[in-house]
Amino acid sequence: MSLRELSLDDIEALAVGAWVLGTGGGGNPYLPLLNMRALYRDGHRVRLMDAADLADDDWVGTVANMGAPLVGQERLTDSLTLARAVSAMERHIGKRFAALMSMEIGGANGVRPFMAAAHLKRPVVDTDTMGRAYPEAQMTSVAVGGLAPYPLTAVDVRGFESIVHKVPTWKWTERVARKICVEYGSVAATCQPPRTGAEVKKWGIHGTTTKAIAIGQAVREAQRQHHDPIAAILSVEPGKLLYKGKVLDVARRATEGFLRGVLRLDGLDDWRGSAMTINFQNEWIVAWRDDKPLAMTPDLICVLDSVSGEAVGSETVRYGQRVTVIALPPPAVFLSPRGLDHVGPRAFGYDIDFRSVFDA
Amino acid sequence: MRRIGIDVGGTNTDAVLIEEGKVVRAVKAPTSEDVTTGILDSLKSLGSTGVLAGRRIDGVMIGTTHFINAVVQRRHLSKVAALRLGMPASASLPPFCDWPEDLAELVRGGVWMVEGGHEYDGRPFMPLDEAAVTKAAGEMTAKGLKSVAISSIFSPLDPSHEKRAAELVAAVVPDAVITCSSDLGRIGLLERENAGLLNAALADLSRDTIAAFEKAIGDSGIEAPLFITQNDGTVAEAHQARRLPVYSFASGATNSMRGAAYLSGLSDAMVVDVGGTTTDVGQLKHGFPREANSVVKVGGVRTLFRMPDLLSIGLGGGSHVSLDPVKVGPVSVGYRLLKDGIAFGGRQLTTTDIAVASDVLKLGDKGKVAHLDATTCQKVFAEAARLAEEAIDRMKTEAGDVPLIAVGGGAFLIPDKLPGVSKVIHVEHGDCANAVGAAIAQVSGECDQIFKDMTRTDAIAAAQSIANDRAVAAGADAKTLSTIESEDMPLAYLPGNSVRVRVRVVGDVAAS
Repeated sequence: MSLRELSLDDIEALAVGAWVLGTGGGGNPYLPLLNMRALYRDGHRVRLMDAADLADDDWVGTVANMGAPLVGQERLTDSLTLARAVSAMERHIGKRFAALMSMEIGGANGVRPFMAAAHLKRPVVDTDTMGRAYPEAQMTSVAVGGLAPYPLTAVDVRGFESIVHKVPTWKWTERVARKICVEYGSVAATCQPPRTGAEVKKWGIHGTTTKAIAIGQAVREAQRQHHDPIAAILSVEPGKLLYKGKVLDVARRATEGFLRGVLRLDGLDDWRGSAMTINFQNEWIVAWRDDKPLAMTPDLICVLDSVSGEAVGSETVRYGQRVTVIALPPPAVFLSPRGLDHVGPRAFGYDIDFRSVFDA
Repeated sequence: MRRIGIDVGGTNTDAVLIEEGKVVRAVKAPTSEDVTTGILDSLKSLGSTGVLAGRRIDGVMIGTTHFINAVVQRRHLSKVAALRLGMPASASLPPFCDWPEDLAELVRGGVWMVEGGHEYDGRPFMPLDEAAVTKAAGEMTAKGLKSVAISSIFSPLDPSHEKRAAELVAAVVPDAVITCSSDLGRIGLLERENAGLLNAALADLSRDTIAAFEKAIGDSGIEAPLFITQNDGTVAEAHQARRLPVYSFASGATNSMRGAAYLSGLSDAMVVDVGGTTTDVGQLKHGFPREANSVVKVGGVRTLFRMPDLLSIGLGGGSHVSLDPVKVGPVSVGYRLLKDGIAFGGRQLTTTDIAVASDVLKLGDKGKVAHLDATTCQKVFAEAARLAEEAIDRMKTEAGDVPLIAVGGGAFLIPDKLPGVSKVIHVEHGDCANAVGAAIAQVSGECDQIFKDMTRTDAIAAAQSIANDRAVAAGADAKTLSTIESEDMPLAYLPGNSVRVRVRVVGDVAAS
C-alpha cells in the first residue's frame, strides 16, 4: 500500500483547489487551512492513499461539517471536534476505521477530513462522494449507489454527541441530521454513514483530492509567475472556458434553508454584448447565455476571479467583480439516469434535459 | 458654517478653510516628526491673510495616515492582552493565529481564552466564566499589560459578555485601555478580533497623536471642537476617535474622493487621485466611496474594515520615465521630486519633467528639459493615459460612459478625453482635495445584525432605527440623517427566515 505524505504546500494548494471545486458553495476553506497550518506547526502530518489499496472489508469514515457558513465564521472550526465525530462513530459501530474520506471535496469540507486525520493518525482516501460541493446529503455518489443512509454521528464542540441510528432514505438522513444541527446552533461536525472498502472502491469518486491539489498548484504557480491563472487551471484539467464578464447584479433569497438566487453578468473581451445569468442554490446550478441554457449540473460551473483565478462564492460574489466562468467535467456516476435523478437540473427544479457542455 | 480641514500626510500637511460651502483658502506645509509643528505651520500659513482673525470656527477636522503607517511600518505599537470569550469553541485558532509572525511577536502580550459567547439567534453559547476573566486580568497585571482587546462569539448580535468582561478587567487592571470587538462591528470572529487587537496595539499612539492634534489646535489660538476623519468619509469626535483609531486607517484616500465630489458638485462619478508615487482609482456613489465588502489586509492582517474599494497603480507626478521604449513608473522619486527631477537639477527623468517641457506645469527650470521634443512628450503622456484608462476601466461597475474627476498633485497626467469616460473634470484646489474632504466630513451610524422571524421590511426598519441612534450618539444632527446604504442577505441553513441587514446612515455634525 502506498501512502503519500502531504506537505504543507500541498495543503495550501488543496485549499485553493477545493474552493474552485466548490462551484460557488461549500464554504471558503480558509479556516480549515488555518487549522492545518497550526497542526503542521505542532508536528502533525497527514497521508493520502488510493482507494484501490483498501481491503474490501476495511471500514472508512466519511467526515464533513454541516451547517451555516456564517456560524462557522464566528465559532470557527475545530479539528478535535471533527476527530470526536469519527471516534463517536467507531464506538457506535464497534469498528476501527482504516482510513478517512471526504464527503464533499468542494469547499471547506475538502480539507476537513485531514483535520480529523491529523489527530487520529489515519490516512485519508483520495476519494470523495460528490466530486464538487452539493447542498444536500442525498446528492452523493453513495446515495446514487443506494448504499445504507445510516448511521450518522453529529457532534458539537461543547461535548454533545447525537446519533442518527436508522432512517429509510438519504433524504431522511438530511432532514433528521439538519434538525440536530440547527439545535446545536446551526453547525455540527459529522461522521457520515460508514463505508466498507468495497463500497468506496465501487461508488467513490476517485482522485479528487489529487485533482484539487493540482488545480491549486496551477493557480498558485501562475500567481507567482504573473501568468494567467485561469489558463493554468485549463492546462491541468480538461475544462472549458465559457465566459468572461463582470457582475451586474446578485439577487439572493433564503428559501427552505438554502441560499437561492441569480447572478447576472455582463460580457467583457470576446463576450462583449452577450449576457450570462447563473442560477444558484448555494452552488452554481444552471448558466444561461443570452437566455439559452449553456451549462448545468452535474457539469461543474466554476466562477473565478479573473485576476487571481481563485473561486468566487455565491455568498460573497459582489457587484462589479471581474469574473471568468469555466466548466469542469462531471463525475461519471452522476451521468446515469439514476445519477441525474439525484443531481440533474430537475433535482433543483429546472425543467430542462441535461446536456453537458462537453458533449458539444 | 466655517470649518478647517487638515490632512496630515506622509509628506505634506494640507489645510483648507471652507466657509458657506466655498474653499476660501488652501495651503500646504511639510509634515513634522512631532505632528504638532506641521499642523501649527499650516494653520499659521492658512491664517496669514487674516481670514481666521476674530471669526468663529465651527470645527477642525483632521485626517491622518499616522495609524495605518504605524502598523505597516511596525512602529509605536503597544503590547496587547488578548481575551477571547468563546471556549470551548475556536480553541484551535487562538488570537493572532493568522498574523504575520513579525507583527504578532511585537504585539502579542498574552492570550487568554475563557468560556462565553452567544449563538447566531442570541441564545448564550456558554455562560460567561467570570472567575476565569478575573483570574486572567490578574495575570495581565502581573505581566504589566494595560492594553486589552476582548472578543466574543457573535458579539455584534449580543455584546453583553464583552461588556461584562470589560468591567471585570477594569476592576483588576488599573488604567486599562480596553477595546471590545463589538464596537468594531461585523460578523467574522477572526477578522473582528484582529481589528480589536490592532486597535488595542494603537492605544498609546492614539492617545499621544490626538493629544498632539489638540495641542496644535490649542496653540494656534483657534477655539473649535476637534474631529478626526474616518475610513468611510465621516468624522468622530476626538474623544471617540482616540478610543477607536483603526476607524481612521484609510481616511486619506476617502477624504480625497469626498473632496473630489464636493469640489466638482458630482455625487456619482469615478475619481482618480494622482499623487507623487501612486494613482488611486475609486468610485463615488451618493457622494461616498464605494466600499470594499471583502476582506481587507492591513499590514498583513485580515480585517473587515469599512474601507473604500480602491485600485492603486504606480503612476504619479514623480514616476520615473524611460524613453526607449517609452515606460512610465511604477518607481517614483517620491518626496525627492524637487531635488531629483531633471527640471530641478537632478538626474532622474520624471513625468513632472515632461509636463514642464510641454508647458503643462510652470515649475523648475524649463531650459534643463528643452531637449525633450513635443512628440516624445506626447508619447509619455499617452502611456500615462493608457495606464490610467486601464485602471479606471477595471474599477468601473457599469457599462456606459461615466464622468471622471481628476484630483491630486499629479492630475495633469489625466487627459481631457479618455475612452469609457463621458468627461474628465479637473477642479480648482484639486491638489488639496483630501483636506477639503476632511473639512466637509459628516457623522455616520451603522447596524449589521441578524434579524429572525420578521418581515424583510420590518427587519430593515429595525436596523435603520439602530443605525440612526448610533449616528446621533456619535454627534450627528438627527434632522439631517439620511440612509446611504441598505443591504439585506437571507442566511442559508438558518431557520426562521433569518436575514442579515446592514444599514448605514449619515448626517451633518450637530451644532455644539
